[in-house]
Amino acid sequence: MAETIKLEVTRYAPERHQAPTSQSFEVPYRKDWVVLDALNYIKDNLDGSLSYRWSCRMGICGSCGMMVNGEPKLTCATFLSKYAPGPVRVEPLRYFPVVRDLIIEMTDFMAKLRSVKPWIIREEEKPLSEGEYLQTPEQLDTYKQFSMCINCMLCYAACPVYGLDPLFSGPAAIALAQRYNLDSRDQGAEERMGILSQHAGIWGCTFVGECTRVCPKHVDPAGAIQQYKLTAAKEWFKSLLMPWGAK
Amino acid sequence: MKPGGLSGTPSHTAYHPRWYRERVSTYWWLWKWRYLKFVLRELSSVPVAYFVTLTLVQVHALSDGPQAYADFQRWMTHPVFLTLNAISFLFVLFHTVTWFNLAPRAIVVRLRGKRVPEFLIAGSNYAAWLVISAAVAWLILRS
Repeated sequence: MAETIKLEVTRYAPERHQAPTSQSFEVPYRKDWVVLDALNYIKDNLDGSLSYRWSCRMGICGSCGMMVNGEPKLTCATFLSKYAPGPVRVEPLRYFPVVRDLIIEMTDFMAKLRSVKPWIIREEEKPLSEGEYLQTPEQLDTYKQFSMCINCMLCYAACPVYGLDPLFSGPAAIALAQRYNLDSRDQGAEERMGILSQHAGIWGCTFVGECTRVCPKHVDPAGAIQQYKLTAAKEWFKSLLMPWGAK
Repeated sequence: MKPGGLSGTPSHTAYHPRWYRERVSTYWWLWKWRYLKFVLRELSSVPVAYFVTLTLVQVHALSDGPQAYADFQRWMTHPVFLTLNAISFLFVLFHTVTWFNLAPRAIVVRLRGKRVPEFLIAGSNYAAWLVISAAVAWLILRS
């Protein structure tokens, strides 16, 4: 008989359940299988009603984030062998409302992401005839790390501040704001400062550092937030010392 | 319906099932050593404040003359203070080490377009700590 591994998967059907419960499944244990393969096996062979998000299977789309044995993980990049002989506990991402089974509600994150204006803001656009906005490799290097974010929300599920204070902008949104602040083509830093330099923005962060640890793309949101705290503090001192020099 | 609101009893409404939202336990920081370490790091600010106060009291005793300072020194040999100071010292040490280790996350220094490696940022903090400690020790112990 082929070797199997037990998966304990959170089930929640709002029309039937008062609260989520856990359901166990025995799936084939294969060294080259990730947790997402096991979930697909369940859906295809054991229970077609299991609901979860996934798409690319290669750590790019950021859809398949779930709690695996209590840790936020991309299930497409988390091998079953890491948890052998099991059981493997698969739950929806922590701190988000659960819609069904392993699917969470992400509107809150989307609204926060939008609120920090993560796009290039120009005071005045150059005419097309003048060509592209050029950038040196050094200029690219200053923000490249923060631009690797895939919006998978693992950092939110790792952040106790977000869990305790749902108003907190959160790691990914602030890291992406910083990505544009550091972009040599961007002129929106001042505009973003008003949103980020609030209690619910950078100052809500107590530097637990878990966001950076769980990030599958090594974005280092905790670093982005602390660096922005330094910038905001410097700006505040500057405005205090030279109120007439306001930009 | 309140999106994302805390709902203890979710129920199905036509075309829009209510979401389930788990409350965060008051003891969330006990789940994991990493979270506990974070809370201990935050709590270490209390011993830091205690040592600052103690130093101020010491300076005050010094300004009050030899008798007051001798009294202060006698209190400090009391087992209660010895225990309290030993525990506080460990916390302050923990505070310092964790702070220095986190410093490279916040401080980005670029030299000739390249980011200065993290160990150099942390290392310079430790070096400054060592130099200042040595200077203070020399100042106190030279007589």
